[in-house]
Amino acid sequence: MNFLSIFDVIGPNMIGPSSSHTAGAVAIGLLARKMLAEEVKEVTFTLYGSFSKTYHGHGTDRALLGGVLGFATDDERIRDAFDHATERGVSYKYVIDEETLTDHPNTADIDMIGISGHTLSIRGESIGGGKIRIARINNIDVDFTGEYSTLIVQQVDVPGVIAHITQCLSDKQINIAFLRLFRDGKGAKAFTVVESDEPITENVLEEIKQNPNIMDVMLIQM
Amino acid sequence: MDFISGQTLLEICKKDQISISTAMKQREIDHGVLTEEMITEKLNTVLTIMQNSATGPIKEPRRSIGGLLGGEAQKVNAFREAGQNVCGSTLSRAIAYSMAVLEVNATMGLIVAAPTAGSSGVLPGVLLALKETHNLDDETLRRGVLNASALGYILMRNASVSGAEAGCQAEVGAASAMAASAAVEMLGGTPEMCMQAASIALSNLLGLVCDPIAGLVESPCQSRNAIGVANALTCAELALAGVAQPIPFDEMAEAMYRVGKSLPFELRETAMGGCAGTPTGCTLSCQICGNCNH
Repeated sequence: MNFLSIFDVIGPNMIGPSSSHTAGAVAIGLLARKMLAEEVKEVTFTLYGSFSKTYHGHGTDRALLGGVLGFATDDERIRDAFDHATERGVSYKYVIDEETLTDHPNTADIDMIGISGHTLSIRGESIGGGKIRIARINNIDVDFTGEYSTLIVQQVDVPGVIAHITQCLSDKQINIAFLRLFRDGKGAKAFTVVESDEPITENVLEEIKQNPNIMDVMLIQM
Repeated sequence: MDFISGQTLLEICKKDQISISTAMKQREIDHGVLTEEMITEKLNTVLTIMQNSATGPIKEPRRSIGGLLGGEAQKVNAFREAGQNVCGSTLSRAIAYSMAVLEVNATMGLIVAAPTAGSSGVLPGVLLALKETHNLDDETLRRGVLNASALGYILMRNASVSGAEAGCQAEVGAASAMAASAAVEMLGGTPEMCMQAASIALSNLLGLVCDPIAGLVESPCQSRNAIGVANALTCAELALAGVAQPIPFDEMAEAMYRVGKSLPFELRETAMGGCAGTPTGCTLSCQICGNCNH
């Protein structure tokens, strides 16, 4: 059992009303924004399951948008996320999908276009108590929480890519806590997700990108 | 040093002649990542957020997103200030403060989950009311939060504080037990008295269902927080006066968990039974949802 801290009981400090439907939604949006690694220009949120039914009363729509604007779960600007988005020239829309069945009842897709034209689609799940997981990136199923320093490498599924990634990390003395590979199919697009207990330094990104079979590298710093 | 139950916590308190709050702080220093200074700083942040959320709506009420609440704390406070309160000064204040926190929560304001968002009014209600009527200083209030977190930790570890899993008895019931214990320590009671108060508090709310109208943390959640503070103060009074009840806290926590597990699905946060399932509850739910044209 994980250590339960004083502040796991008396906490989190959060914008209400719901840890799963509000705080968790902020966390999904914020993680998506960190993965895009630039300001968002356009964003579409698709809400499924319980999110699609009770989003209004729980402020799930504002919470997701607030996260994408870079607000943390205790940021009082979340309530006025629509105004902040308009002020920053961020265009946003919501698709309410009550029909599609998803693995988890509290699921949202976030499709983003950044200011430089970079696009990214993620699926996030709010799994209770404000905890979340990312279940999909650009239509490939993945699984990570963002609770650790996380490196997400988009690559072609060919031999040697993972050896290259682990060599780069090892050169920088970065200890891997978890490493998982997710792929579309053999030889197709794949994601390697590396989670570490310690910060992953930015300079490792450039070295990882040297491999011709690596398309993109995203870093979520703890 | 660590403890995994009320019993092991009491043994440590007895052996080392320390309070529950001191034991909880020591456990965090021994096994967590925070230093004593960081703990104090974080406790101060908690108390600041609690103070702001317990008093903000009294000055400036706001309507909730679902529209089921807004302005209740201000009314209760004004009623007391006009000298009309039925309850005593401490309880009347605690009721107003606890309801204020739920109003802040339902209007997308900043709260501290304690242990959950739905039960976030109980602990600040009790702490701040006692602060005012008993002139408690900041150090005493920090001890109150620490004490409450010890009881909450044991309930999270050995039972549940989730309405979806074990009903409102696990949310407001747990918060009430935590606040009762905190009140006892802040007012000079022993660790045994704290456990007694918490055990009685759990037993009094045993079986309480989670039945939020429209699935929102608004009604009946807000007034359930008010009963949470009334129960906490009552149980603190009993324990401090030396009134004992036979069932130890750990056994009561397990009883609460078992009762929770046996609650039907409709009464565990699904918004299908209890208050939510009444004709009025269903009508309100339909109006709030507004996703269809029924």
